[in-house]
Amino acid sequence: MARKLNLRIWRGDATDGGLKDVQVDVNEGEVVLDVIHRVQATQMGDLAVRWNCKAGKCGSCSMEINGKPRLACMTQVASFDENETITVTPLRAFPVIKDLVADVSFNYKKAMEVPAYEHPKELAPGEARMEQIDVERSQEFRKCIECFLCQDVCHVIRDHEENKKSFAGPRFFIRIAELDMHPLDTLKNRKRKAQEEHGLGMCNITKCCTEVCPEHIKITDNAIIPMKERVVDIKYDPARMFAGILKREKRN
Amino acid sequence: MSGVFSPSRAKIKERTLRTDKWWLEPAITFGVLFSFVIYATFRAFEGANYYAQHLISPFYSPCLSEACVPEATMFGWTPVSAEIFNFALSPALIILIFPLGFRMTCYYYRKAYYRSFWMSPPACAVAEPHKTYTGETRAPLILQNAHRWFFYFGLIFNVILTYDAIISFKNPEGEWGHMSVGSLVLVVSSTLLWFYSLSCHSCRHTIGGRLKHFSKHPVRYKIWSWVSVLNHSHQKFAWYSLLAVAFADIYVRQVATGAWTNFYFF
Repeated sequence: MARKLNLRIWRGDATDGGLKDVQVDVNEGEVVLDVIHRVQATQMGDLAVRWNCKAGKCGSCSMEINGKPRLACMTQVASFDENETITVTPLRAFPVIKDLVADVSFNYKKAMEVPAYEHPKELAPGEARMEQIDVERSQEFRKCIECFLCQDVCHVIRDHEENKKSFAGPRFFIRIAELDMHPLDTLKNRKRKAQEEHGLGMCNITKCCTEVCPEHIKITDNAIIPMKERVVDIKYDPARMFAGILKREKRN
Repeated sequence: MSGVFSPSRAKIKERTLRTDKWWLEPAITFGVLFSFVIYATFRAFEGANYYAQHLISPFYSPCLSEACVPEATMFGWTPVSAEIFNFALSPALIILIFPLGFRMTCYYYRKAYYRSFWMSPPACAVAEPHKTYTGETRAPLILQNAHRWFFYFGLIFNVILTYDAIISFKNPEGEWGHMSVGSLVLVVSSTLLWFYSLSCHSCRHTIGGRLKHFSKHPVRYKIWSWVSVLNHSHQKFAWYSLLAVAFADIYVRQVATGAWTNFYFF
């Protein structure tokens, strides 16, 4: 049975905008994206909203619902109190284009900065073999749907625009971790690059990226912290440095 | 204007639009950690009431100062002077840096105090009050990278505190085979410290996390997968062990001052 829902939708663009109140019908089992579409169909024909699969797999309908970065297609209206007003805004870490649509191109630029997988020279294409337990380790990271909620919630860039140039963000730390843990990847200095070029040291592990991930990837525990520990191996571990010097001396 | 108030972003005047009680968790964390710091500081400087009836407070173990009660020392080994520059030095202050450093640099506690003390950020999607941010790239926070060193020292402390727990199975006359409430308190405290250390992210990395090929190191992979299970509960072990250590110290202090009687089961 339909009931009325109080919704506040942010409307505007980069020059100006604000929250607009609307009342809209909502049916049992509907998600926030459903009611946004109803508003678009009945009251705000020019409301801009990005969406695609409606199944939590494309990562298009990322927005902030009652202040939390979430997928609109995976947020049940029933998860809020009946009398509660639901507020929807675009992602607040990125420039707004129009209404609920943010410009996430920052993420694509960062994606291009991550060095790709480097195949061993001695192995021809098709000759590479990996054991299942090595494959499983990176499978978790490959669940990423690139919704960029982790990027949006990360305070390093959300609260400090100036850090965007030197910080790749959690989404790309899982990419770097996946490659660094890949048994066949031969690229040298991936750890050092993570620290010095992609801003791994800026992360203060407050775990917000993990909290908002709709794929429940343990971004902090399984990617960021292991990468930080790998950086410690090469940069901040005196015993390993000393062992490295001894090894070199022995070789010479 | 920076952060969520940057010119290109959606014009919203609120620092957050969250409607839940996002402030509750950091407030509780602040309250508990701050209380612990106050209590631990008082106890570290007290320099007394840390030994009673074969019970040694974890704040004072190992007791390495010449000022230590003889029964509280490790086989009478007291390499550190009782005074420094004519100031009496509490035995707790000599060893404090190791457990303190381990917890201060712990990946879980970092999250806890960055949120609750430094508000960086206070909660997810709640704008932080700081104008600039450099994370853990500069001094002093770059020292967080020393966590694994404190982890190694922490293991030594765990062995000593386990030894203390074993010693507590003596009666006041020094005869073995007796168990008191104090023994139970020290056993629980040292066990939780082991769980806290073994679930640590540095432990997980050292055991097997640094490997590129799990398949080439099946034993390390197996141990890594066990440590990973513990690691899921690292936050819980961090809190439980902290509270257990604090309670163990309170218990020993109360027994030492005569306020509580250490009840013997047998």
